[in-house]
Amino acid sequence: MATYTIKQIVPTRLGFSKGLHAVAKQYPQVVGIGSDITNSVGMDGIAAHFPDRFYSLGIAEQNAITVAAGLALTGKIPFVASYATFIVMRTLDQLRVSVCYNNLPVKIGGAHAGISVGPDGATHQALEDIAALRSLPNMIILSPADATQTEKAVWAAVEQTNNPVYIRYGREAMPDFTNEHEEFIIGKSKILTEGKDCVIYATGHLVWEALEAYEILKQQNIYCTVLNIYSIKPIDIPSIIQTAKICQCAVTAEEHQIMGGMGSAVVEVLATHYPIPTEMVGMNDCFGESGQPLELMRKYHMDRMAIVEAVKKAIQRK
Amino acid sequence: MENFSFLLQTSYKIRKSIIEMLAEAGSGHLGGSLGLADIFTCLYFSELKHNPNNPSWEERDRLILSIGHVAPVLYATLAYAGYFDTKELLSLRKINSRLQGHPGKDKGLPGIEISSGSLGQGLSIATGLALGLKSNQNPARVFCICGDGELQEGSIWEAAMAAAHYKLDNLICIVDRNGVQIDGTTSEVMEIEPLTLKWAAFGWYVSTTNGNNIADILNTFDETRNILSKPKVIIASTSMGKGVKSIENDYRWHGKAPSKEQALQFLKELEHGYLHY
Repeated sequence: MATYTIKQIVPTRLGFSKGLHAVAKQYPQVVGIGSDITNSVGMDGIAAHFPDRFYSLGIAEQNAITVAAGLALTGKIPFVASYATFIVMRTLDQLRVSVCYNNLPVKIGGAHAGISVGPDGATHQALEDIAALRSLPNMIILSPADATQTEKAVWAAVEQTNNPVYIRYGREAMPDFTNEHEEFIIGKSKILTEGKDCVIYATGHLVWEALEAYEILKQQNIYCTVLNIYSIKPIDIPSIIQTAKICQCAVTAEEHQIMGGMGSAVVEVLATHYPIPTEMVGMNDCFGESGQPLELMRKYHMDRMAIVEAVKKAIQRK
Repeated sequence: MENFSFLLQTSYKIRKSIIEMLAEAGSGHLGGSLGLADIFTCLYFSELKHNPNNPSWEERDRLILSIGHVAPVLYATLAYAGYFDTKELLSLRKINSRLQGHPGKDKGLPGIEISSGSLGQGLSIATGLALGLKSNQNPARVFCICGDGELQEGSIWEAAMAAAHYKLDNLICIVDRNGVQIDGTTSEVMEIEPLTLKWAAFGWYVSTTNGNNIADILNTFDETRNILSKPKVIIASTSMGKGVKSIENDYRWHGKAPSKEQALQFLKELEHGYLHY
């Protein structure tokens, strides 16, 4: 019997769209900005229902982010979304100076994130966005595990903070499994399974893969704690330390470059508070390629089997 | 014209402060700051609807300084307009100062609308502001000061396209056309002409003015005020270093501060120029 059951298989972007529709209904100051690919990134949540609060700005991401900053100065809460790699990497200076330095409540949707965007290939696979944004003061980074959490992340971005917020989500249909009644709090994490052999710190799509790895390892009498790190910045330092103390070794798992990602954030916490042997699952300093999402996750070692191997390695190093 | 002599006198005080501030700081952008003194005087002492005693007044006209490096002219103008004590001007660029090298909103200096300093972003900020003000049915206008060299940034034209698309007639961009940037003249570094045609082609109402002539500037503000359903750009010809004869139009003074001795000389030149206006 699996610890978690799949409610449905849906892309996380649907949660973004649903959440956006709901917050726009609740808060008249929420506005949307379109960068041409409105529907596919979930901006239809506002564009389709509140057309007078939606500004189409065309294929011009630098302007889109900065116009959002200007709108925020008039009391609006602007949401901007596009391919994660373009809305972050192309606009990094705008994000740094106009949004973060001014600490304006611009909410950014990083859609189609990770290698699981698949056949489009390397140019469209955002694997560096977390690293780039982690270094920007005032920026909050949320990386929900499924559609249910993505919807909650949109609410949290509006209700829990006046800071800029980045919400990272994917295109591929993935298991939706988190409990809809669970809280989603910026700066917290969620323990999904409890075990004393190794702790797996996972984020985004790899949270489900970590749960699958948990089941495989359980068959081999290896018991893992799985922590869903849905808030990467700020990160849940107390829970990381507490689980590290129980398990004495760790694995980090994310659909992102190992350098500078969620794993790096966890390792920074461990190194300064409670150093333990840690293995890191993620993209290993290379670009992706075309292929089916699951094929790519396997080829680039960002799936359940990669996590299983990493756990065994970490335990050996205890 | 009483108003005219008041504005002239104010522009003199602003220029004088700019020279003193930069000499004290030992670094900063002298040329562009001096060149813009007349436009800033006309904005803050005539054209802008604002209240120094209530800097966050909802219906104030907003000034977005896209070229953050000419912060000294903004600071000096704000001080003389009454936003803060002119004594604070001498803290420019020093540690713990509210007068950052480029405007930093986080430092809490009254009158600063936005932190700026990375070129090419101000017009997008102004576009977002103008959109938001319209949506809030707020009658305030947005003035954005851009440099001419700054127009080489591609994002400026993304903003220009969007502002015209949304018919933002509450947005006025002032281009400081001094023809000079750090590496030399704009023509040598990267040609931006034909400027009037470019803006017009992007759907803007274009006006030109002598940005160092107070009467001309005021007339241009009058002319553009009632133009509807288009954003407006004023291409203002200015001389970098205006007011100090020996450095006027010399691009080497774009990003330089005078030494204390040079400053004394420049202040003499400035006074002489105004006496013989």
